[in-house]
Amino acid sequence: MTVLSEDLHGDLRESSRSTGWTPVCAYTDLMPERGACVLVGGRQIAVFRTFDGSLYALGNYDPFSGAYVLSRGIVGTRGEEPTVSSPMHKQVFSLLTGVCLDDAEVVVPTYPVRVAGGTVEVSAP
Amino acid sequence: MTELSGTDETSATMDRGEESASMTPERRADAVSGANEEASATGARLVVVGHGPTAYRLIETLVDRGFDGAITVLGEEPRAAYDRVALTSYLAGKSAEDLTYPVPDGVTLRLGARVTGIDREGKVVTTADGHAEPYDILVLATGSSPFVPPVPGKDLQGCFVYRTLDDLDAIRDASRGATAGVVIGGGLLGLEAADALRGLGLSTHVVEMGGWLMPRQVDEGGGSVLRGHIEALGLGVHTGAGVKEIVAGPEGRVTGLVKPDGETIEAQVVVFSAGVRPRDELARSSGLAVGERGGIVVDDGMRTSDPAIYAVGECALHDGVVYGLVGPCFTMAEVAADRILGGEGAFARADLSTKLKLLGVEVAQFGAMDGALDVTFMDPVTGVYQKLFVSDDARTLLGGICVGDATPYNTLKPFVGRELPGSPSELLFTGGPANMDLPDDAQVCSCNNVTHGQVCSAIAEKGLTDVAGIKECTRAGTTCGSCIPMLKQILVKSGVEVSKALCEHFTYSRAELFDIVRVRGITTFSQLIAEHGSGRGCDVCKPTVASILASLHGGHILDGEQAALQDTNDHFLANIQRNGTYSVVPRIPGGEITPDKLIVIGEVARDFGLYTKITGGQRIDLFGARVEQLPLIWKRLVDAGFESGHAYGKALRTVKSCVGSTWCRYGVQDSVGLAIALELRYRGLRSPHKLKSAVSGCARECAEARGKDFGIIATEQGWNLYVGGNGGFTPRHADLFASDLSTDELIRVIDRFLMFYIRTADRLQRTSVWLENQGLDYVKEVVLEDSLGICAELDAQMERHVAGYADEWRAVLEDQDRLRRFVSFVNAPGTPDPSIAFVPERDQVKPVLIPLEPVRS
Ligand code: SRM
Ligand SMILES: Cc1cc2nc3c(=O)[nH]c(=O)nc-3n(C[C@H](O)[C@H](O)[C@H](O)COP(=O)(O)OP(=O)(O)OC[C@H]3O[C@@H](n4cnc5c(N)ncnc54)[C@H](O)[C@@H]3O)c2cc1C
Ligand code: SF4
Ligand code: FES
Repeated sequence: MTVLSEDLHGDLRESSRSTGWTPVCAYTDLMPERGACVLVGGRQIAVFRTFDGSLYALGNYDPFSGAYVLSRGIVGTRGEEPTVSSPMHKQVFSLLTGVCLDDAEVVVPTYPVRVAGGTVEVSAP
Repeated sequence: MTELSGTDETSATMDRGEESASMTPERRADAVSGANEEASATGARLVVVGHGPTAYRLIETLVDRGFDGAITVLGEEPRAAYDRVALTSYLAGKSAEDLTYPVPDGVTLRLGARVTGIDREGKVVTTADGHAEPYDILVLATGSSPFVPPVPGKDLQGCFVYRTLDDLDAIRDASRGATAGVVIGGGLLGLEAADALRGLGLSTHVVEMGGWLMPRQVDEGGGSVLRGHIEALGLGVHTGAGVKEIVAGPEGRVTGLVKPDGETIEAQVVVFSAGVRPRDELARSSGLAVGERGGIVVDDGMRTSDPAIYAVGECALHDGVVYGLVGPCFTMAEVAADRILGGEGAFARADLSTKLKLLGVEVAQFGAMDGALDVTFMDPVTGVYQKLFVSDDARTLLGGICVGDATPYNTLKPFVGRELPGSPSELLFTGGPANMDLPDDAQVCSCNNVTHGQVCSAIAEKGLTDVAGIKECTRAGTTCGSCIPMLKQILVKSGVEVSKALCEHFTYSRAELFDIVRVRGITTFSQLIAEHGSGRGCDVCKPTVASILASLHGGHILDGEQAALQDTNDHFLANIQRNGTYSVVPRIPGGEITPDKLIVIGEVARDFGLYTKITGGQRIDLFGARVEQLPLIWKRLVDAGFESGHAYGKALRTVKSCVGSTWCRYGVQDSVGLAIALELRYRGLRSPHKLKSAVSGCARECAEARGKDFGIIATEQGWNLYVGGNGGFTPRHADLFASDLSTDELIRVIDRFLMFYIRTADRLQRTSVWLENQGLDYVKEVVLEDSLGICAELDAQMERHVAGYADEWRAVLEDQDRLRRFVSFVNAPGTPDPSIAFVPERDQVKPVLIPLEPVRS
């Protein structure tokens, strides 16, 4: 299993240990069962709000097509697992782990995300 | 076997007798010498009375196994045997040919020939038209006839039974001018008949003498849950109610049914379905033994009291039981065939399990209907009732009843009489053991008596991968179909994937979901998945349901919850491209465009730096727009009078045209005018797949109309309509559907054709494949002759679409909420996506592709 190398996206590995939270939008800006993309320190992060109100964050880069589009995929479930499918060629990724459920060797990064006082915050390195 | 005469026949018997592996040498000798008094022989004249499913199975088995006598069948109906179990599908559009069983070569079939007498001494049967047919062996397969209780008015015009294709034709004809129907009898067949009347567009009532519906299959609790389902479908249910009389109007046509309590149920069509009676009249008149309550008495070898005469199927009484299900009838046919060939086959008491589905409501009963202990699971919200009967130690399964969800039938029926793989309540709550191992001798298909072991070895030996293969090799699943879910499970367990289910969240096909949404008036995905699915959906079911909701209810596709269901193309009302940008396709109806509008497109493309191309659909595509540019681009286009071209939607794309009679020296009609009218009429219509059309002004066909879902070619008299054309992966020329239509007629036919397609097609199934599956003749009957009586509904649905149409892009531009979604980054709305870049090529832009990173180790 290979985690996509973050370095290729022009970010520094060292900062991945930082735990700073960046406010990105109001919780109500996010549509239930849909994603939106946020830009944090030059990094594109796809933030998803699922049916039960939970939030998840993945890298926006679709490793299969090379386009930054995962935030625009359809959100759903496979078994118990919350998922998003790439809008390009429909590969399905776990929102919990970033693992591609159609090809477990492919993984996109996940990021901590939370709501603080109605504001969504993402922790990106 | 004594009547063999003539040396030719005798020697022929001997030659072929050698091939017959099933016969012992002694028997062969018997047959030839004529010493055996039993009705078993080769080279004999075999006569079968009745040509129903049982007779079909008997003859097929005999021929398959090399019977070398002469087979003559005398059938009373005007047509060869057909699948009576599937009778109702005839009203839903199957043709008589679809249902008809094949007749093996060499069999003499006399149709319209009712046998009226048997001369057992002379071994001759006679028919109503005076024909005499001598026999060595006679088989009675006369089935049964519906019982019509002796109520006043039962013979009035408008009263029917539900048994033959002719009955159905008559019911269909009578339903044309009718508004309401009533079925007498709330059993299995009665409810099936009621569903059929409902399907014919009648407001339908069911009158049942017993205290609840389907009293032979379910108990009172199940009956009341079933009643809830049936009433929710809009049917009137009257239980504990008899019939006092059937009344008619002045012209002698039925107008209603009066109940004993005096209440009148208005109806112009009355169907009796109050049980069946074995047709044993021939047996009675020729002195064969019959049961007290009817049925021709047979032994384990299906022989009647005359050793030269067998009786099989619904007319036979074995061990005190007449079987009204086709499975045991088929087994009888096989036993009789075996005996005729000299075998020792024997019929044993058979399983009476039943499962049926009437518009989404499953009802099933298996094994016993009582037991020392029972466990019930009931969910009044979803209308599910399941009961298991078990032995006093709660370990052995005795039987079960299911209403609303027949999963236990599928998973647990094979365990009847065996130890259960878990505690009864656990099994009911979890829908059955997740990983159960069926014993090899457990029966999975009761219609054809096929065991789990037989299916497994067929899969393994023949490398089967689908249900069709299992059907072909084992016959399982070929009759009532209720064992098919079980066959699928067995396939899955054998490591093969199969399903008609849309996806893991819905076990239904798209067409079934469409009906559920339509009939139950469901308006949201959440409601649908909560009530009829599981989980929270995926990229397969969400867009499918969004499309169904849009086809049925109109409204904006980005309204409320629906927005979240849409694929990225529908979500941004544009087509995604390989670099994450989108394309813009304004509608250019019929391909006709003014210079001013052409200039606007040019200006917009230039100002936003878009790549421009003329499409294969006679319009112009602008590529390379970022999400946040889409509203700005569309503002300019809408202001100039353009609207969405739905290039992104599973919806009408384009209606191409040729220049037609206005300019072309050959044109005979105004093809451009019609193309524009059609494109405006059907624009925005959501469908299972994209829809394309074209109109040509004459038979030279410059618009390539025969490559389209619906294509129109002008004639001197009007228009010819072709349907089911396709370019794409599997090109198909469209079929002629109707000729020389006026414009109004043409539009009405297209309206119905499209709406019927939208109702019944699978997800992402173009009209070409759909038409192949449905059959051209069937679709013609439905659309041109209104054979299902749904055309008024289809018309109304199309009218709603036309009246409700609004430009999707204009609506977005007018709505701040929707506009806010068109940003690359929610936290930086003005920032363009830095990953998108272009380089020039042939004086326009092309995307710089982002290099793919190695994603695998
Ligand atoms: C733009 C265009 C090609 C062009 O430059 O000419 C085009 C472009 C695409 N076609 Fe097409 N098709 C275009 C005319 C056609 C035609 C010709 C026609 O319509 O007369 C055909 C064959 C006719 C037919 O459909 O029967 C055609 C058969 C397909 C198919 C195969 C369909 C099939 O039934 O097998 C697909 C794939 C699909 O839909 O599943 C497809 C899919 C696509 C998609 C949507 C693929 C995608 O998902 O990205 C392309 C993107 C369009 C975009 O981004 O705007 N396109 N495509 C044409 C747009 C026509 C229009 O104005 O709307
Ligand atoms: C609407 C409907 C739905 C059904 N659904 C199911 C189901 O889901 N599952 C199931 O197991 N079973 C079902 N059945 C029952 C099933 O159809 C019967 O069990 C089956 O048809 C019995 O076959 P048969 O050949 O014995 O009798 P029949 O089908 O009745 O055929 C007998 C034939 O003999 C002819 N005949 C009778 N007398 C004479 C004569 N004197 N001379 C010449 N010909 C004669 C009759 O005209 C008839 O064509 C259904 C029946 C109906 C009507
Ligand atoms: S189809 Fe006939 S009318 Fe149309 S352009 Fe071609 S030749 Fe002319
Ligand atoms: S149980 Fe009827 S076809 Fe198998």
